[in-house]
Amino acid sequence: MSAQPTLPPLLAANPRLDQWVRFPSPGRVEVSTGRVEIGQGVLTAMLQIAAEELDVSPERIVLQTGDTDLTPNEGYTAGSQSIQFGGVALRLACAEVRALFLDHAATTFGYSRAELSVRDGAILHRGEATGHDYLSLATAVDLSHHATGGRPTKEVADYQVVGQKAPRIDLAQKIFGGPAFVHDMVLDGIVHARVVRQPCRGATIRAIDEAAIRHSAKGQIEIIRECNFVAILGPDETVVETAAATASNHVAWDGVDALNPFQEEARWLLQQPSIDRVIGPSPPSDAAPGRSRYEATYTRMHIAHASVAPSCALALYRDGRLQVWTHSQGVYPLRDALARTLKLDPATISVKHVQGPGCYGHNGADDAAADAAVIARRTPGKPVRVRWRREDEFGFEPVSPAMLVTVRAVLDGSERPSDWTTEIWSGRHTSRPGGGGNLLAAEALPDPPPPPPASESAYPPGAGTRNGEPLYDFAAKRIVHHLIAETPVRTSSLRGLGATLNVFAIESFIDELAERAGQDPVKHRLSMLSDARARTVVEHVVRISGWRAGLPAGTGRGRGIGFARYKNLAAYAAVVAEVEVDQSVRLTRVWCAADAGLVINPDGAINQLEGGVIQAASWALKEGVRLDGSGISSRDWESYPVLRFTEVPEVTVELVDPAADRPPLGVGEAAGGPTVAAIGNAVAHALGARIRDLPLTRERVVAALLHD
Amino acid sequence: MEPVTFSVNGNRVSVRADPDMPLLDVLRNHLGLTGTKFGCGLEQCGCCMVLVDGKPEKSCGKPLSAVAGKEVITIEGLGTPEKPHPLQQAFLDEQAGQCGYCLPGILVSAKALLDRNPAPSRREIAAALDDNICRCGSHVRILGAVERAARLMREGAAR
Repeated sequence: MSAQPTLPPLLAANPRLDQWVRFPSPGRVEVSTGRVEIGQGVLTAMLQIAAEELDVSPERIVLQTGDTDLTPNEGYTAGSQSIQFGGVALRLACAEVRALFLDHAATTFGYSRAELSVRDGAILHRGEATGHDYLSLATAVDLSHHATGGRPTKEVADYQVVGQKAPRIDLAQKIFGGPAFVHDMVLDGIVHARVVRQPCRGATIRAIDEAAIRHSAKGQIEIIRECNFVAILGPDETVVETAAATASNHVAWDGVDALNPFQEEARWLLQQPSIDRVIGPSPPSDAAPGRSRYEATYTRMHIAHASVAPSCALALYRDGRLQVWTHSQGVYPLRDALARTLKLDPATISVKHVQGPGCYGHNGADDAAADAAVIARRTPGKPVRVRWRREDEFGFEPVSPAMLVTVRAVLDGSERPSDWTTEIWSGRHTSRPGGGGNLLAAEALPDPPPPPPASESAYPPGAGTRNGEPLYDFAAKRIVHHLIAETPVRTSSLRGLGATLNVFAIESFIDELAERAGQDPVKHRLSMLSDARARTVVEHVVRISGWRAGLPAGTGRGRGIGFARYKNLAAYAAVVAEVEVDQSVRLTRVWCAADAGLVINPDGAINQLEGGVIQAASWALKEGVRLDGSGISSRDWESYPVLRFTEVPEVTVELVDPAADRPPLGVGEAAGGPTVAAIGNAVAHALGARIRDLPLTRERVVAALLHD
Repeated sequence: MEPVTFSVNGNRVSVRADPDMPLLDVLRNHLGLTGTKFGCGLEQCGCCMVLVDGKPEKSCGKPLSAVAGKEVITIEGLGTPEKPHPLQQAFLDEQAGQCGYCLPGILVSAKALLDRNPAPSRREIAAALDDNICRCGSHVRILGAVERAARLMREGAAR
């Protein structure tokens, strides 16, 4: 007897096999995943995994996703973990279901178990039809019991669906203008609503001129007010939207702390109290005579998710039950947070995911759902649709915190670090509602929950500390982390979390060391990088980009490289960027090589990496949230510009060994840090001067040129 | 109030609504055409792009009264899964999209381009799409898909 295998965490948390697979009707297989589609193509990959392990054609599978009534609880769809963890659980569950059906067929009908197989859901004996299939045996095979995790999954060499380029199952509907998004849902008797937000946490209404709001409306509206929560609703969306656009002029608030615009700069963090922690060996004593030391500091501003559309949700409270439709990344945690906010039993709340615009992290989706739920609770029987205004999405979504990183190294004679410190100052990178409140609507209601305590996830993977430790072979490496608990604006997770600036800092610093050593940046990296998979992606991107050592700096044209293994646990990515700089930066070409282990849908993974490259280019070149006395002042696409079509580079992405029999590694966030770093290094090469503060704007380029 | 009459995707419609109502709201809430998306309401992102008498226009800032007697084409007027517009076929072929929210507006802008310029350069395509924001970073595939669609259309016309 072999020991009971350890179940992967998500299968242990959702052990009943019928939570994952059901056979409801002829020719159909129902597969459930707690993961949700946020534009990353995860549903297509999950479908491939289930089709492969069950031996059914993908067209037969009906996928249930992100529904507290129907799907496993997998927490949040975040952190590039869907395939690495959710996919692995689904694969094991499907393999066990298939095995149970074959066991049953063998014992019941006297077949030799070894001679049974499945083809598109039909059970075969020595390759011939038996007349039995999943559905015909479904009543006899009990899937209500717990997975053992002990049934073998297919050999990678036998894969027919996994590893093939598969078209996205959700894309056609979007291309033909179908109702693909929660924004497009229509329910009978729908009521449209907008919320007049507190300018900041803790602000209280001094006066509200409801008559003026009504007077300015061009039709029927209702105003709901509970404590500091104000909503405008009515049957005509245009009327409600127009009234909401000016409503804030008719509400006077107390307790509004004016912000100082300096708070938008990361150096503000240095003056704040912090929660401090050291990960790794103690820092070296200052007395290390004869050793060369080098130090540099890198910063970036707050970054917005800037989803292409503002958040939206629908809610209906009827007969003591609350139904919510949301594009939240976590339907179960949101359900719990809504239950706390509304003082309802979670069992009376159903939360269903419906797709929204790409979110890239914790944006306004959960808050919009809470708005809809609070309003629906007050208007029983009426379906309520809340769609935030663009200005509110920019103004009130949690943003990714500003960060400052100082890298400090003790160097050997060849400018290779023997001792390395990444010292990080950052606001919190995680404050999702499931962790303890943090829903805007809840903060406006009576008896608001306390602010969620500032915390940092365990390292690795960490949050602000993510990728703070370089993968290079330095004898001593440490992270010194200063978590700034109080930030001027609400902050939470954005694709890559702290990895983006940490990798920018580390990889910029390595380039600076190479420059001091008079060494090619690629060669310098490889001289202190022994991880074989890391070396392979670096060498691969060097090859496909036609990298040449020794090109002169300061010519106005430059190229740079950046590398990281995301979280030091997920996919490896190396990026080369090519720029032209006069007064502003033009990014012309980007090459990326990534090793994500076994890749389920290669085209999907490449698409994610391409998107990661372009989004990171936008962060590096253009983005920074602006603050003024009233909070976030960059509330439209002119004050918060992102990369446009005429500014995008040509992008080439290649996967290294995607069919290898190695565990899949999360890929969605892998390209961000390396891309930002490669661009920074390319700009430094083009200018012959280094800019250590992001974004790399025209003003900074001009300043760097003058300083030089 | 007097109804406003115009054409949507070849069908004559009469809408009785506030003449100041944005065309986007008319399409989505009065005519049930939810393919055209709200992105910003500020005419900055292009999610709500439609064709008005063949020209790309942001419907969030276009009052209903301004389209009286005009021909409006929305994403629903391009093609269907059974009979896709070459642009839609090319976007599927290239898998050009991630979240897909921006795609209807981008497809409409691209149609306006290809209708007046059947063989645009990469640079001309990018310029024609510069009013459309894509946040997921699908730009490179989208540019490639428009090039492919232009090829498909030229081949179709040559046949």
